[in-house]
Amino acid sequence: MNMVVCVKQVIDPEAPPASFKINQSDNTVVPPSGIPPVLSPFDENAIEAALQIKDAQGGKITAVSLGINLLRDVVKKPLSMGADDLILLEDEAFVNGDSLSTAYALAMAIKKIGEYDIIFCGRQAADWDAGQVGSGIAEILGLPCVTLAKKIDITNGKARIERVTADGYEVIEVSLPALITVSNEFGEPRYPTIKGIMAAKRKQPIVWKAADIESESSKLGATGRRTKLLKLFQPVREGECEIIEGESPEEAAVNLALKLREAKVI
Amino acid sequence: MADYKGVMVYGESTDGKLAAITTELLGCGRKLADDLGQELYAVILGSDINGLAQEAIAFGADKVFTVDDPLLKDYQSDSYTPVMEKVVKEVMPEIILLGQTSLGRDLAPRLAFRLDTAVSMDCIDLSIDPESKLMLQTRSVYGGNAQATFTSESSPQIATVRAKTMSSMERDDSRKGEIITIEAGLDPSAIRTKVLEKVIEEVEGIKIEDAEVVVAGGRGIGSEEGFKQLGELAKILNGAVGASRPPCDNGWISDSSQVGLTGKIVSPNVYIAVAVSGASQHMSGCSGSKNIIAINRDPDANIFKASHYGVVGDWKKILPAFTSKVKELLDK
Ligand SMILES: Cc1cc2nc3c(=O)[nH]c(=O)nc-3n(C[C@H](O)[C@H](O)[C@H](O)COP(=O)(O)OP(=O)(O)OC[C@H]3O[C@@H](n4cnc5c(N)ncnc54)[C@H](O)[C@@H]3O)c2cc1C
Ligand SMILES: Nc1ncnc2c1ncn2[C@@H]1O[C@H](COP(=O)(O)O)[C@@H](O)[C@H]1O
Repeated sequence: MNMVVCVKQVIDPEAPPASFKINQSDNTVVPPSGIPPVLSPFDENAIEAALQIKDAQGGKITAVSLGINLLRDVVKKPLSMGADDLILLEDEAFVNGDSLSTAYALAMAIKKIGEYDIIFCGRQAADWDAGQVGSGIAEILGLPCVTLAKKIDITNGKARIERVTADGYEVIEVSLPALITVSNEFGEPRYPTIKGIMAAKRKQPIVWKAADIESESSKLGATGRRTKLLKLFQPVREGECEIIEGESPEEAAVNLALKLREAKVI
Repeated sequence: MADYKGVMVYGESTDGKLAAITTELLGCGRKLADDLGQELYAVILGSDINGLAQEAIAFGADKVFTVDDPLLKDYQSDSYTPVMEKVVKEVMPEIILLGQTSLGRDLAPRLAFRLDTAVSMDCIDLSIDPESKLMLQTRSVYGGNAQATFTSESSPQIATVRAKTMSSMERDDSRKGEIITIEAGLDPSAIRTKVLEKVIEEVEGIKIEDAEVVVAGGRGIGSEEGFKQLGELAKILNGAVGASRPPCDNGWISDSSQVGLTGKIVSPNVYIAVAVSGASQHMSGCSGSKNIIAINRDPDANIFKASHYGVVGDWKKILPAFTSKVKELLDK
């Protein structure tokens, strides 16, 4: 089974909200100081999904990441977890795009990789929370796509996927090759082993520039954008919290109940 | 852009009626259409979808396009995308709105890429720019830490909309509209997926999206047993139990109880957050609640910044006393 996993480096989405800052002059997010970026968490779930298939029936996993100034320690994580190769689309020409141009560049890179049975993406990148790039890659490569996977079984060249829905899940069968996006319900990604970390240290990522993949430059990065960002801002939180006190926790609890009753909240 | 006209709402149904998100989209779409001086359309795909079109008219649509075909019984991107592509090419709407639902999340991007246009996912505000007449699409980004306003520079302009961010119009059964049927024209061999089974995880009591009171627990609850205690309080208040993500990941409560960016969007009258830190991704799902009450032992927890009332302390001591006092007050 040949598998490709798309992983994105993002600002740590679980950094304390107070560390989140915007540069209003150019509508960008200021990376918080002292908090290193991470792989988008759902992309780690996607790597885990690929690794489980590799564990069960063998295969090769290629991780692909598009970005600029990618920290090797961050983007090598798939390797240390057990992926075989890492390809970085690291070129100014690729960045500042929207979902459409990002999906296009990733799809063209995957085309160059050539052999694939399954392409994995995370359900959404934890920075812009769009959840579109997976569907975009599938559309460009003409593949079926199943989103929001929480369980995947492969038999006889088909994948049987449990897809998360609002009130449960549905079981979908899809022919391969296919694109699958993975949700956190899939389960915790494994920790890299010491052996894996050592192997990842020795391994050099393959870096592709725009000229290395067959693509139309008008469709890449900022040039390929179809959406215009007018304004990025932090919503103001209005109101103040009234802290209810008491001599003991139990008394505070009783005071809270009385207060809510008095304010006709309950 | 000149050839594109009208605002089209993608209609979904639950139990044979229009879904709440669809009436919300119609309410929002009506305003956008009026601002543009154009018509509001609804499009309904499925199998045996009788009655829904009339309901869409009662909620504001001028024209409803229906595609009724056995192959559309279950949603699959391989069948719904080409049908929507066909509808859009026939009707040429300038704007298409879908709900940020299991279906909308999957269909909207695929359709947009098929039509070679853009889509903004999970919008919380939509309006028409008076000058450019483009749709201003505001969505929450960075897990709710920020919001961003976009325009699309290609047609049609597509957006999905977060539940409970738009208001429906009053149902008016005397409204008149036109219903137009369109053939699906599907080639079954092009459908590469098959829906084998649909599993609904039944939750006891009131559905969390409909509840007026939600009692939500976080990682600090620590166990399934702890959630039973939250359940007692919810029962007394005639409410539902919700959770942040860690309790769902840990199996203390069903995944369908998760509130937040990637879970349910709720806006009850009362949201009681117990041992929840108030991460932005969680608050994305509950910040529309009228009264937020937090119980947390960390006085600096972010949840207090978003709450109206709070108690600082160990929930294990606070909750039982609170529950019995509430019971006493409500019994009176
Ligand atoms: C892209 C993305 C999407 C996400 N989507 C969601 C989502 O939809 N919903 C969601 O909830 N999360 C989501 N998350 C996760 C989110 O970022 C947080 O990790 C999560 O909400 C934290 O849950 P928590 O508050 O229960 O846990 P924690 O942050 O660990 O907080 C636990 C709290 O409990 C308090 N506590 C502990 N013990 C006690 C005690 N005995 N008494 C009183 N207080 C106590 C602590 O002080 C602490 O404040 C998402 C994350 C990402 C990256
Ligand atoms: N720059 C990128 N590099 C690699 N993969 C990406 C990139 N952007 C998005 N993806 C993949 O597409 C998924 C959805 O991203 P998005 O549509 O941006 O929310 C992510 O979880 C990744 O798997």
